[in-house]
Formats: sequence, structure tokens, C-alpha cells
Amino acid sequence: MKYLILMQVDPAVLENLTEEQQTLIGEGHQAFMARTKESGEFVATQALADPSQSKVVRSRDGVPEVTDGPFAEAKEFLGGFYLLDVEDEARALELARQIPDASIEGLALEVRPVMFSDLGDL
Amino acid sequence: MTVGGEGLWRELVPQTLARLLRTYGREQIDLCEDAVQDALLAAHRQWASEVPADPLAWLVTAARRRYVDRVRSDHRRRDREARDALLAEPLSGPVSSAADDSLLVLRLCCHPGLPRSGQVALTLRAVAGLSTAQIANVYQLPEATVAQRITRAKRRIAELGHALPRPRDDADRLPPVLDVLYVMFTEAHHTTTGEPAHDAGLAAEAIRLARLLREAVPQDTEVSGLLALMLLTEARRPARLGSDGRLIPLDEQDRGRWEPALVAEGLSIVESSVVGASPGPYLLQACIAALHAQVGDTASTDWREILALYRLLEVTTGGRNPTIALNRIVAEAMVYGDGTGLAQVDELARQHPGLPRLAAVRAHLLERLGRGGEAAEAYRQAIRETRNIAERQHLRTRLRRLG
Repeated sequence: MKYLILMQVDPAVLENLTEEQQTLIGEGHQAFMARTKESGEFVATQALADPSQSKVVRSRDGVPEVTDGPFAEAKEFLGGFYLLDVEDEARALELARQIPDASIEGLALEVRPVMFSDLGDL
Repeated sequence: MTVGGEGLWRELVPQTLARLLRTYGREQIDLCEDAVQDALLAAHRQWASEVPADPLAWLVTAARRRYVDRVRSDHRRRDREARDALLAEPLSGPVSSAADDSLLVLRLCCHPGLPRSGQVALTLRAVAGLSTAQIANVYQLPEATVAQRITRAKRRIAELGHALPRPRDDADRLPPVLDVLYVMFTEAHHTTTGEPAHDAGLAAEAIRLARLLREAVPQDTEVSGLLALMLLTEARRPARLGSDGRLIPLDEQDRGRWEPALVAEGLSIVESSVVGASPGPYLLQACIAALHAQVGDTASTDWREILALYRLLEVTTGGRNPTIALNRIVAEAMVYGDGTGLAQVDELARQHPGLPRLAAVRAHLLERLGRGGEAAEAYRQAIRETRNIAERQHLRTRLRRLG
């Protein structure tokens, strides 16, 4: 079963990380990727740019209109994700706990099941 | 997944691998299986112009040569003497039938010591003869991920070593194989990849492997039950999805669209298996599917008989499977009325909150009891809980119909 682990981040929290914490996060993600690749559970991961770089496309009177800025004004935003294929939800949660963000106050991970996948012509 | 002209050499994969394993030892499965894949690739290239007179001998010889090449290039192997002794061993041993070979390799790949995903991937490669890329495509996974699962599964088998089951020593070694094939088959039915051809390919592979298994152990009624269950379920495929991709439940299916050849074969297997059998879970489920297949619609279905079979199935599986309980309750409702069914569903919901399809069954019963408001709420819950797009569309249609 595929699960998407969404990394919800708070820029204020990221700003105030110590040097040591930053290193731990970087190394932690590298190790996490290596581990899930080794176990045959890794599908993909992406890190996203700051939401200030976002454009929003939405309908205005039935016509798509483009505006600047994030979709929603919120303290937390989607910083990136892991797409994993695991045996069950318990395993997805076990893996989510190993992501360094899970041990940093103010950051959070959202684990959601995937219903449909098309990764293109593999 | 295309099968096409690959048919011939893919059928020879388990036999080729079994011969190598018998020569070099089962703990050599990693190198032997890679060697068989290499030989398959060579066959792909060379058989296009001319198929050899004895394709199996050709594949075995090619695979053996690749195996030797791989062992030679394996620098981790320090014990040169042991290595040379291994290679010098003649390709002989007792003559085995194709059925024995399939059984040996199937049991190895479905070893209970492996994780389910490893069992499935290895079975598809080492028994069905699919390439890693084809398996990756079916499951929409990166090739590296599937390759890693196969490698780990083979290493695990080597570690398990002599704990491996000997071929044909007793029937109780079969359940893990049956479960792996059934998972492979239900995955094909439950996922909606948007490209039905992928799913159909996987179901076809599962059926092919079940046939292979039945040829090896024709007297095993659970193996026959599994094959019949697959055929009777697969027969419904043309009627299962609407043109809009919506799941069409059994009671709304146009049974005229069920595949008559698959129905006939499934029924005939059930009939020849039930006589004198003390039925296991797969044969019981096949019997239930057979009862549905013998009538034109839900109204003329023998629900009392189906209820009796579900009760037996519940006892046979130790009453631990809430999905079987849910199916039994659907039959209870057909026999004893929707009110009785609803009371039992509510009781099951207390024990297993969030059980898949429970909210949908509950919504359906509430709707039939004329409790529209509660039915709508139950449908909304079912829509939130389902992880299947086709089923979600079906539930939305039902919700709209309530008005």
C-alpha cells in the first residue's frame, strides 16, 4: 500500500534551529532515504520551494485566473513529501516516526493513504 | 503487461530454475534466479529468428552457463576449491516433472519467512517469468524498489537454508502459496490504476499460476477451490465497472455480461471438488461464488444456502475474520430481513470500527429500511473511508439517488 508522508513545516521553527539540529535533520533525511531504498519501500521524495514562490490558479466566474502567493495563509505549509509503498498503515507510521522532523517541536508529518498511482511509463 | 509470444519461454521459467536449484542447491537461489533471467533475455533475442528444438534444454544450458559466469566473477567468493567443486557437479539428479518443478519453485518463493511484498514480487519473477520492469509497471513502483524486494527475498531464502520445505512432503505446506496467489489476484481486482489492462494482466498471471499449482497437486481441494474462486470472480470483470469507471455491485450487475467460459470452468471445478471433501476456506468461497453464478439475479439466489456456507466459512477460519462476518451478515439480511442485518452490522461496528465496506453495507440496509437520513450519513461515512476510486463513485451515485 502506498502512503504519502507530508512534511508540514513552520518557517519560524526552521529559522530557529540550531546548527546541530540542522545537521541532524540533513543527515537524518539522507539516512531515511537510504534505509527505505534498502528495504524496497521507497518510491519518491520531493522538497518544495517556499510558498512565497507559489502561484495559485483558480476559477473566477468559470475562467481560470492566476494570482501570486500561497494557497492559504497559514503558519504551517507543505515542505515536501515521501511517497512510500509499505505492508500496512502501522509500518507507514513506524517509518514516519523515523523521519527527523518527527523529533523537532513545531514540525509535523501527515500520513495519508494513496488511492491511485500513475508514475508514468516506468 | 504483454504476454504475446513470450508464452513459451515464460512457461519454462520455473522448470529451468528448479533444475538449477537441484544442481547447485537452494541456497544458491539468488545467482540461479539471476542466471535464469539472463537466459530469458538471451532467448528473447535468439528465439525471434528460430525456436530451438528443445527449448527447455536450451534454457537450462544457457542459464547454467550464465550461473558459472556469475560465480566466477563473484569476487566475494574466496573458497576457490569449493567453488570449482560446485561447478564441476554434473547437471543430473532424479528426473522431475514440470509440475514438481513448479511446486518446488512456488513453495520457495512463497516461503512464510518472507514479507508478503517479497513473496509476490519473487513469485512474479521466478515463477511467472516477468521482468523486474514489468512487475514495477504493474505495481507502479520504481524498478529499483522492486529489484531490491526481489534481492532481499532471495537473500532471506538463502539464510533460511535447510529450513525450506521439501517438495511434496505434505499438504500443509501449501497454504502460504495459496495466500500469495490470492493476494496477487485480489490486488488486481481491488486497485484502480486507471489502466485496467495492468490489473487484468496481474489477475491473468495469478490464474495461470493457480492452474500450474493445480496441475502439480490435482487432488488438493483447496487448490481447486482457489482456482475456481478466481475463475468465477474473474468472470464478472466485464460487468464490474460502468463506462464511467463506477463499481457496479453484484445485485446491479448485468449477469449476461459475465464470461460464460470462465463461469463454466469454475462451476465444473467446484462440482468435481466438493464431493467427499471437508471444505477449506477457498473451496467454501468458491461454492458461494458458484451459487451466485448459477442464477440470473439476486432475487432468485439461494440465500439460505449462501448463509449456511458463510457460517461454515466463519467456523473454518476460527471466527477471526471480520470481513467474512460482514459478508455473512449481508446474507443474514437477505434471509431474515434488513432489520436483523442492521442490528448485526451495528454490533460488528462496535467490535471493528472502520472495517472496510462496513459503512457501505450499513448505508445500504438503512436505505432499504426507508431510513433515508441515516442512510445518507452512512453513505457519506463510507465515501470518506473507502480507498478505492471506483467504489467511491458507486457510493456517490447511491447517495445522489437517495435525493
